[in-house]
Amino acid sequence: MNPIELPDASEAPARRGLKLWLSRLEGPQTMGRGPAFWAVVVLAVLAALSYPAFANDYVVGNAAYFFVWTFMAMGLGVVWGYCGALSFGQTAFFGLAGYAYGVITINIGSAFGATWLALLLAVALGGVFALLIGYFMFYGRIKGVFVGIVTLSVTLVLETFMAQTAGPQWRIGDARLNGFNGMSGMPPLTVPWPGGDIMLYSGTALYYVLLGMVVLCYLGLRMLLNAPFGNVLVAIRENPERAEMLGYDIRLYQMLAFGLGGALAGLSGALYTAWGQYITPSSMGLTAAALPIVWVAVGGRRDITATLLGCLLVIAGFQSLTIYGSQYALVVMGALLVFTVLVTPDGLVFTAINRMGRLFKRVRR
Amino acid sequence: MEFFPASFSIFYQFGNAFAFLVISCAGLAVIFGMMGIINLAHGEFIMCGAYVTASTARAGLPLPLAIACGALTAALVGMVLERTVIRHLYHRPLDSIIATWGISLIATQAVLILLGPSMSGTGTPLGSTLVGERSYSIYRLVLFASAVGLLGGLYLLFYRTRFGVIARATIQRPEMARALGVDTRRVYGLTFGLGAGLAGLAGGLYAPTMTMVPTMGATFIVESFVTVVVGGADIFLGAAPAAAILAVIKAALTAWYGQLFGQIGLLVAVIVVIRVMPGGLSAFIKRWQR
Repeated sequence: MNPIELPDASEAPARRGLKLWLSRLEGPQTMGRGPAFWAVVVLAVLAALSYPAFANDYVVGNAAYFFVWTFMAMGLGVVWGYCGALSFGQTAFFGLAGYAYGVITINIGSAFGATWLALLLAVALGGVFALLIGYFMFYGRIKGVFVGIVTLSVTLVLETFMAQTAGPQWRIGDARLNGFNGMSGMPPLTVPWPGGDIMLYSGTALYYVLLGMVVLCYLGLRMLLNAPFGNVLVAIRENPERAEMLGYDIRLYQMLAFGLGGALAGLSGALYTAWGQYITPSSMGLTAAALPIVWVAVGGRRDITATLLGCLLVIAGFQSLTIYGSQYALVVMGALLVFTVLVTPDGLVFTAINRMGRLFKRVRR
Repeated sequence: MEFFPASFSIFYQFGNAFAFLVISCAGLAVIFGMMGIINLAHGEFIMCGAYVTASTARAGLPLPLAIACGALTAALVGMVLERTVIRHLYHRPLDSIIATWGISLIATQAVLILLGPSMSGTGTPLGSTLVGERSYSIYRLVLFASAVGLLGGLYLLFYRTRFGVIARATIQRPEMARALGVDTRRVYGLTFGLGAGLAGLAGGLYAPTMTMVPTMGATFIVESFVTVVVGGADIFLGAAPAAAILAVIKAALTAWYGQLFGQIGLLVAVIVVIRVMPGGLSAFIKRWQR
């Protein structure tokens, strides 16, 4: 557990606006600082940019699919790792935003970049719903395991409800909800372009768009977590009573963090629907709800970099296992989860990065 | 329409829901109330009990003995798991949820791989009886009686035996109990085994009424969670009245709007109850008693 380091007050006043926020790219709440770290980051992004040149279209589309999930994982990382509230129900916001994207795009079509408006609205809906649930929980002073129970109940309620919307009476405008079989037929993300819109079906173009979003989201979260907001979140995680005595309204901070996590899960959900052009109630079920927990727990929840890397690693590993049969993959997932909790409670990737960092420092000395 | 058949029908619906909630939540309630651990593998202990019961019953054992076999097997599995995994997580309740979730994933999938997607069960025994012009399953009435018996038995166990006294002492003041020479680790192990065994018993009792699939635990787990969370830490002051209240909600919603709304009503109830009384019914009742 990292002790809370408050940012040094003497250097803060000199920086304002954009410069201040850029300086928050590194700080006490995120791993990695200095030119060496950023060189690695730039190299990683360059490698990701040149990846489509070496791989075929199917593999690239697959990588884009991995990116879709990282937002939900990073959101859970903020809520669980930084704020200390274990949410089992990120899939509720995922599914809600996914359905919202489908309903909106089916009704307003995909002309003039309307799909992006739908994406925005879906994410906002996920965020607002999360704020509502967060208000309900944190202003009711619910904590610990009960946060998990409430969020799990929410996602299961949504799943049960959506699963019974099979009849023709369940429609919103032109969009049939279709019950257990799920909704399909919505357009993918579309970029308006002179001489024909570009439809972002699974493939290289979508890959680049998603890569850009992942990088932006990652850097944005780094800045936010090193800002006073992130410091307060960590203070609440370490000791809620102390944070409260220091004068922070911890209910507000927890609610906001939960809303952010919900919006990010919603982003994943809407992108998932746009990626595959379908969404089913089982995306909010018990197994689906377990997956984000697995990614974040195995990767490491205490650091956004570890969460991102861990999520990508686990999804890639999971998919390559699924080739041998998905039931074996789930057994391995479960075993990995138990192993992580027992042996490296901070997460495999987090521990590995920490070890490497220490080794690196020793060499430099 | 005569009064008796109508009221019997209502009692039957309520009793059915009540029995299901009490029997399925008992194991979870013991483990949560006594140890503060939310056991997400609860459904898999139930599945274990049901599978063992069904297979021993088909091998020719009389049903009550087969149910006992199922409960014992689940208890043994629970004690082994406590020794290997849960024991290390007593001070990290959030991590214990995740670990038990991992165990539940492993168990469900392993059973799916080893025993296939379904297993033939045993038929529901005892037939049915006619009250008024509708017929009712006698076994369901037996289940209601077992739920009441189970609560009575647990009360006797925790308040009238040496094990019960030591277990309650360990829960209330672990350091003091240890100082007085109680082997608290053993008590925790036995308590977890008891909880797992009760889950196995639930599986055994419901095995004749259900289809045996590896995911059958999931049908129990939501209901049992709801009951335990609404009830709070104490089984007798919490889970039992919670089961009664929730049974009314569920039976009424199911009768009027269908099974799905019965379940949704339960889940909404848990969210509202947690918001209004975070400690559950038992904390509410205890405060009110003072």
